[in-house]
Amino acid sequence: MQRSELVDLVLKQAADINETLTAQIPLDRGADAPLYGRDGSLDSLGLVSLLAAVEQAVEEEYGVTITLADERAVSQKHSPFRTVGSLADYVALLVSESAVR
Amino acid sequence: MSEPVTVVTGSRKGIGRFLAERYLSLGHRVVGCSRTDTDLVSDAYEHHSLDVSHEDAVAKFFAAVRKRHGRLDHLVNAAGIASMNHSVLTSGATFRRIFEVNVFGTFYCSREAAKIMQRHRYGRIVNFGSMAVPLKLAGEAAYAASKAAIVSLSEVMARELAPFEITVNVVAPNAIDTDLIAGVPAERIEALRQRLAIARAPRLEELGAIVDFFLSPSSSMVTGQTVYMGGP
Repeated sequence: MQRSELVDLVLKQAADINETLTAQIPLDRGADAPLYGRDGSLDSLGLVSLLAAVEQAVEEEYGVTITLADERAVSQKHSPFRTVGSLADYVALLVSESAVR
Repeated sequence: MSEPVTVVTGSRKGIGRFLAERYLSLGHRVVGCSRTDTDLVSDAYEHHSLDVSHEDAVAKFFAAVRKRHGRLDHLVNAAGIASMNHSVLTSGATFRRIFEVNVFGTFYCSREAAKIMQRHRYGRIVNFGSMAVPLKLAGEAAYAASKAAIVSLSEVMARELAPFEITVNVVAPNAIDTDLIAGVPAERIEALRQRLAIARAPRLEELGAIVDFFLSPSSSMVTGQTVYMGGP
């Protein structure tokens, strides 16, 4: 799968979550749109909702069950949940690991 | 609203089986799981064979629930194992296995269930503690520690999931007559019961009443609680 496909998948789910947020995720910034952390608009509850939605979309789109849990979630530098792009990369990593198993 | 969807783990026998049948009789769609197949048959029941201590298997199980039903109202984490042994005589492998099934299993199932429940801003999770925790039963170190961990896990998840209107509670049965305690001498069970306020064998229906209360839509202010059957 292409990175752009996964970025679009995350953006689509983020658009749904945006409907419930007062501070919106700036989707026009594409892969660079911040999600969670210093510049992000998501609080931990919003992040939980987004990750559950992305897991579900990946399952439906690619038939792969992944679990988006990472102890680096609270790290500013290394969190896979910083931006739409970093989340898409993290999804790609988990999907490829799942194919190896 | 259509029938509630209820997942019961460990539904092949014991307390899990009783609760699966109870909620079928109350009109729920029940999805059960256990390590092996079941003889429980009902149009409203579906069974999955998996080990709740396997993270990937649990994720796939709940993905299947979501696909089939589109929602999840209740999770009853009845799967559990015990080992009655002196701590000095308990192997690391046994200790680990008890934690894997009781604590990790409860955690994996609760986490995956919460992901489905949060979409609809509604959910009830019921976990299983044990009288072994407040009674500090000698000979049950690994089991009691795993059940204490379930209480802590439930109390923290209750706070974390409250914004999604998901409640998390614990029922702590006192030595209900199932395979779990089949190896424990009767006089020990009796001695344990004598330490409780209500010093008699509990009935499964009495356990069911507590779980019913936790699952009730009206129990929306009840979370992070542990009910000890018979009083501690």
